[in-house]
Amino acid sequence: MSKRNFTDHALVQLTLMRMREFIREPEALFWSMIFPIALAAGLGIAFRNRPPEVLKIAAVTPHLAEALRREKLLDVMQLPSELAEQFIRTGKVALVAEPGADGSVIYRYDDTNPEGRQARMLADQAIQRASGRQDPITGNDQIMREPGSRYIDFLIPGLIGMGIMGNSIWGPGFSIVDARRKKLLKRIVATPMPKHYYLLSFLVWRMILLPVDVGVPLGFGILVFGIPLRGPIVALVGTCVLATLAFSAGGLLIASRVRTIEAASGLMNLSMVPMWILSGVFFSSQRFPDLVQPAIKALPLTAVIDALRANMLQGSGFAQIAPQAAVLGAWLVVCFGLSLRLFRWR
Amino acid sequence: MPGLVRASPTQAALRVRNLRKTYNDVVAVDGLDLEICSGECFGLLGPNGAGKTTTIEICEGLTEADSGEVDVLGLRWSSDAPALRQRLGIQLQETQLAEKLTVSETLRLFRSFFHQGPGAEEAIRVVQLEEKRDARVGALSGGQKQRLALACALVGDPDLLFLDEPTTGLDPQARRQLWDLIEEFKAAGRTILLTTHYMDEAEKLCDRVAIMDHGKTIAQGTPRELIASIGVEHVVEFSAGNAAVDLSGIRAMAGIRDVRTENGNVLLQVTELHKAVPALLDELTRQGVPLTELRTHSATLEDVFVHLTGRHLRDE
Repeated sequence: MSKRNFTDHALVQLTLMRMREFIREPEALFWSMIFPIALAAGLGIAFRNRPPEVLKIAAVTPHLAEALRREKLLDVMQLPSELAEQFIRTGKVALVAEPGADGSVIYRYDDTNPEGRQARMLADQAIQRASGRQDPITGNDQIMREPGSRYIDFLIPGLIGMGIMGNSIWGPGFSIVDARRKKLLKRIVATPMPKHYYLLSFLVWRMILLPVDVGVPLGFGILVFGIPLRGPIVALVGTCVLATLAFSAGGLLIASRVRTIEAASGLMNLSMVPMWILSGVFFSSQRFPDLVQPAIKALPLTAVIDALRANMLQGSGFAQIAPQAAVLGAWLVVCFGLSLRLFRWR
Repeated sequence: MPGLVRASPTQAALRVRNLRKTYNDVVAVDGLDLEICSGECFGLLGPNGAGKTTTIEICEGLTEADSGEVDVLGLRWSSDAPALRQRLGIQLQETQLAEKLTVSETLRLFRSFFHQGPGAEEAIRVVQLEEKRDARVGALSGGQKQRLALACALVGDPDLLFLDEPTTGLDPQARRQLWDLIEEFKAAGRTILLTTHYMDEAEKLCDRVAIMDHGKTIAQGTPRELIASIGVEHVVEFSAGNAAVDLSGIRAMAGIRDVRTENGNVLLQVTELHKAVPALLDELTRQGVPLTELRTHSATLEDVFVHLTGRHLRDE
């Protein structure tokens, strides 16, 4: 028997198979790498912090227009009243100010439109001050626009968590169901290969891909939006590793008996879609009623995202994210234990 | 150690006693006995649904029997599974290997599961896939895929080779190529158990054959013995168009064992062709019946199956 190389080990060969199947599938590459970037870029642009908006309003007399122009957040046009009427109906201005009886002012605006209400407030303030109102207390503004409190800072940890979940569940799940459907699973267990190597190869491959799964959205966030990494990196890595293990075990459980890709897709969507909505990827899960909060906190995706946000944005280390780690650990043990019992090799 | 078993031709490589397997209400294997000697090529021949695949998968340790005993290379699945797996080469019916891997990658993968055996390159050479070694599995023809599956069964240098319907679905040329390969394995002294529903395949490749029907063996022996056992050497088939033939006249002829009609043709099982054919022609002339078709063939395992069951192997 000739001396065997490292690459002749069954686990290495199985992992190489995972890698080859992955890189030879262009769609897989797109969904796991390009898509998260496109999503982050799109949402980052859509929810970027804009400079405070200037509201367009119309005044029908020069006197009113002059008073209103003292407010920097208003863009005031002086228009004859018919034209002003037409402008407000077509939404070109948010409010029309016209003189009323006895020196009063009439504000014409739509009170269901936030812009209209804001214009009413600003316009009234400007006119009151122009007429000599003194504010009893001076307010000083301090503007907060630092990294860590923007929407994109909130979003990137959510996308990382969602990416880990999707890749860890789809990857092993689909490969296993496909191999079972093609009877490749049966063929492989007809060899002397230790069965756990087959399942282990999925975890090894996910671990190899983890730097990409996490690095792509994270690197993008850091480079393009300057998102902060305030906590210890080791806690970030630990969270991602634990999340990958827990979700891969979930993928294994989903794939443990299913025979068709359609059934597997259904089960995967059934388990993932509620978490996309409930676990706070795009908006805070705190918006759901208090009654369901304990259930939401027990979801693995909530645990990953909460831990990542605490780590990246608030600088939490292992001690602070221990509850989330415990949730992930519990999912890992339960899913893996169940799939070992339920898994069908044919 | 493995070499010793192959060297002693008297030892049974596989012994199956009173095997039973039921799926829900369907009895797949019903008290089957088999004994396969080291170095022989043994065929399980039978129609679809006869229980061939269930039998071979129980022998391969993939399916558990309800009852009965299975000794493989003197070992038992219940106690020696890891050792047994190292010594078996298995080709399953309708396995699709990973389409995105190349031929040589697939064989290196399978080779990595075994302690010893020929390298991937040698297996490629044996099944004559050198030109396709870097081609993706998905791009291979049916025959090439089947040869690759065979190579996957060989990389562990098996003492016993299980081939489940190795040529089903292949075109005639690819079948013949695969037969040549299996003949080479035989010549190299490997023990082979194969299943097939092609009687010509069993006749060409197998030293001994067990004919299976409804989960039982209904006959066992060399193809020659089995054919001789029905006491018929030749089959004569003729058609008289739409004219009515008096079969009793034909039955009365010398050397005629059996007369049947099938799809408007008349089939005669005869012992001596050189006497039966002139006698038949005379008889038909006497009856004034025109002969539109006349064929003869030597008796085959198909005729044995028909003789034993009254059905054809390929009847659906």
